[in-house]
Amino acid sequence: MSVGTIPASTISRQSRLPGWLRSIALLRESPLGIIGAFLVAFWIIMAVGAPWLAPYDPNDNDFDIGIIAPPSAVHWLGTDDQARDILSRIIWGSRIVLTIAPMATLCAYLVGCAMGLLAGYYRGWVDTALMQVCNVILSFPVLLLYVIIMMKFGPSALNIVVAVTFVASPQVARLVRSQTLELREREYVAAAKMRGEPAWYIMLVEILPNARGPLIVDACLRMGYTAITIGILGFLGLGLRPPDPDWGGMIGAGYSYVMGGQVHMALAPALALSSLVVGLSLLADGLREISLRD
Amino acid sequence: MADSGKSAAPVLELDNARISYFTRAGEINVVPGVSFKLAQGEAIGLVGESGCGKSTVAFSIVRYLGGAGRLTGGRILFEGRDMAKMSEAELRQLRGRSLAMVYQDPMSSLNPVIPVGRQLMEVPIIHQGASEAEARKRALQMLAEVKLPDAESVFTRYPHQLSGGQQQRVVIAMALMAEPSLLIMDEPTTGLDVTVEAAVLDLVRDLRRKRNTALVFISHNLGTVVRVCDRIGVMYAGDLVEEGPIGAVFRNPRHPYTRGLLECLPVLGTDKRTSPLVPIPGQVPPALHRPSGCIFAGRCKHVDPARCTTGRIETVAIPGESAHRVQCVRALELPLWQRPQVVAAAVAADESEAELVLDIDHLRKFYETSTSIFSGAESYDIKALNDVSMSAKRGMTLAVVGESGCGKSTLAKVLTGLEKATDGKVALDGSDVGGIRVEDRTSAVKGKLQMVFQNPESTLNPSHSVGFAIERSLRRLKSLTGSPMREQARRLMEIVKLPADFVDRKPRQLSGGQKQRVAIARALAGDPDVMVADEPVSALDVSVQAAIINLLLELQSTRAATMLFISHDLSVVRYLADRVAVMYLGKIVEFGAVDEVFSPPYHPYTEALLSAVPIADPDRQQKRILLEGAMPSPRDVPKGCPFSTRCPRKLGDICDTTPPPEHRTNTGHRIACHIPMEQLRSVEPIISTAAE
Repeated sequence: MSVGTIPASTISRQSRLPGWLRSIALLRESPLGIIGAFLVAFWIIMAVGAPWLAPYDPNDNDFDIGIIAPPSAVHWLGTDDQARDILSRIIWGSRIVLTIAPMATLCAYLVGCAMGLLAGYYRGWVDTALMQVCNVILSFPVLLLYVIIMMKFGPSALNIVVAVTFVASPQVARLVRSQTLELREREYVAAAKMRGEPAWYIMLVEILPNARGPLIVDACLRMGYTAITIGILGFLGLGLRPPDPDWGGMIGAGYSYVMGGQVHMALAPALALSSLVVGLSLLADGLREISLRD
Repeated sequence: MADSGKSAAPVLELDNARISYFTRAGEINVVPGVSFKLAQGEAIGLVGESGCGKSTVAFSIVRYLGGAGRLTGGRILFEGRDMAKMSEAELRQLRGRSLAMVYQDPMSSLNPVIPVGRQLMEVPIIHQGASEAEARKRALQMLAEVKLPDAESVFTRYPHQLSGGQQQRVVIAMALMAEPSLLIMDEPTTGLDVTVEAAVLDLVRDLRRKRNTALVFISHNLGTVVRVCDRIGVMYAGDLVEEGPIGAVFRNPRHPYTRGLLECLPVLGTDKRTSPLVPIPGQVPPALHRPSGCIFAGRCKHVDPARCTTGRIETVAIPGESAHRVQCVRALELPLWQRPQVVAAAVAADESEAELVLDIDHLRKFYETSTSIFSGAESYDIKALNDVSMSAKRGMTLAVVGESGCGKSTLAKVLTGLEKATDGKVALDGSDVGGIRVEDRTSAVKGKLQMVFQNPESTLNPSHSVGFAIERSLRRLKSLTGSPMREQARRLMEIVKLPADFVDRKPRQLSGGQKQRVAIARALAGDPDVMVADEPVSALDVSVQAAIINLLLELQSTRAATMLFISHDLSVVRYLADRVAVMYLGKIVEFGAVDEVFSPPYHPYTEALLSAVPIADPDRQQKRILLEGAMPSPRDVPKGCPFSTRCPRKLGDICDTTPPPEHRTNTGHRIACHIPMEQLRSVEPIISTAAE
């Protein structure tokens, strides 16, 4: 008796690459996903390379040119109401968004995954209790909740992370719970129980990795929402303290000049923000497409 | 439509039909050229393992291949008309009126929000312009014709209110409403229990004869084809390798693949002591890499490289046999086929000497339905296991058979500690483990009792490699680490005949059989005394199934492990079991040595089960016993005998009111029935060979 061996040629070439590289290689099958990946990559490069890429110091006032100067060869995107270079401020501002948004999403996922896994795995009263807590948080108007948290604890990067975690983790928990409820019935989970694995091992090693598909897609989208949230908080003056460049704050500052016809001050950071958010959603779409095909 | 003088012209003719799928990777030619004719009233069964193109051929007939599939050569003629040249509108006309299709899953063919009667009425209303009243009359007639009891009440019900077998009958009724000249059935009984399957198959056979409908019947189960069809077509990797009348093909299979299929299939009545299963080595080559010449050459034991691997293999007709064609260059020179015989009889487990390893005593498992304080509904128990007793000695295979819902999987869960027994005892090597959940068992006990699961797709964690799966079990159950652990994992992989370089493979890179081998290796890691195998081969193709059964038997004899083999397939059970327990509604109705259970005296349920098994051998005569109705819900188990509601040998009220006594013989054969043993003994055997 012999066992048929799958010929090497039938295993796709990609399967020999490490996991994350394979995902990127797969992404080329989705044109929209590629556009998204490029947009996100662009902003990551901006954020990392800000000291070299930004033409000016973001807090330097160039009074030779004057305030609210329109775009020119010297200042590509013009200057703001304090005669600072808008381009440089956008580039430096991307650092803020691209640090806080992933941090906040990560924290929301840590809390949300823990809650979702416990609720879905143990079911019963654990599930009921955790989901009730989630429902209470979810029933609040989100924006109001943000404002209350920021007003209470004051504007700072840490508080934005805390606020986003508080609001987003119940949503993550629901997603993880539904995945866990399904995956816990798989035979490999029964096999793990039969060799005596502890509950934490089953949740983290047997169940969670197999829920990663929808979770990665959701994380991508959620990062976009968080970027918008940070923008909103900045716009409302609840973001970071000035003079640090912050896209939301910049839109807020430029907003009052839009009526006077000087749109560039608000438009430039607004476009920056939306391109990042669109990039993240397209990337999420691309990843979803790939995961469905698999 | 032409309706006279049609008997001469075939209803369906495939003339070298070539079918391809178009993907990113380009054209994939899945069917290089299939030809067959089907006369009016004739039935052909297409068989083959999964991925052999059976369904592709069937779908191409009705042009349902979807966007990616196309007929790229040859012709498909239906009643003399070229299907490829028809417009969409013509096709629609045809599909409703003279061509009908029945799929595997009846629920997907029925609209869940419309009562079934209404759905039946639509057929004549839309296609024949019948009036409401007329349509209703015909729908009711049709429901009666597919033997649905109480057609009036079925008429008003929604699909979910019917059982799986009833749903499939409704779908068949719907297909036959328009009186089609050709019916195509794609695995119509695969999801059904064996007694229901038998009833549906008999229905199909009777109806098609009565109405003179031509039938294309697709199945992976050779036995079902024998029951329904006149002719059989064996498909392999897109080729129709052998085609002919049922009798000719089964008695004198000419193609090595057909022979291989028959050799790896346990046929009811054979067992491990008399005839070995011979698996077909290797696997079906992917359609992208079709070798030149015979596509089966790589797995064929009669291969002659000079002739088999070059050029196109022509189909030859077998002289002296009508309409028996084989696509093989050596068809006429191979010796006639004979079922393989064992040279030396396998040594049966010596029962008297062996110690008792597993002793299940009055085991009960009730699921209490949770009652809310608000609803006020009374709580009731679902009696999944109701007083189950059986025992197994070292090295023995104990099989548990029964239809879905009989409690056999619950039994596996209680044994392995995934569920806690409500009452009773499970003694493993003398110590009671029945009331202990798996979390509370010591790792020695866990190792002693391991399990092989049913579904190869979910038995392995897709995120973990083969090596990880086996090593983790060794670490937990044997406390091995480092290189001794890795070495032992290699050894286990060798034992289950997996190549060593599979260590790093992920489950998705393995075939179903290979996954099941990994699962067996994982179960062996704890060096088990008892291995629980819950339908381990039911999801596999027959050639792979044979290899896994052989592996299990081999492991069992070399390791002297006891196996509890749970299955719905009586042929497999007959083949490999030493002792058999027949379960019905959480109770064991018959228990004994395999020869005793499979011959009279039977419990009436065992008798009915045996009569329902499709047997892939036209020479075996099988008495038919039709069971009425379905298994009652385990929520309200009949007070007396659990089988009393369907029993064809029911004595009277006593069966409904009093639990049956257990007849015991001195060999350990037990039958729970009110009918006296002498009377049960006088029952004729269900299966007999025509020659006798």
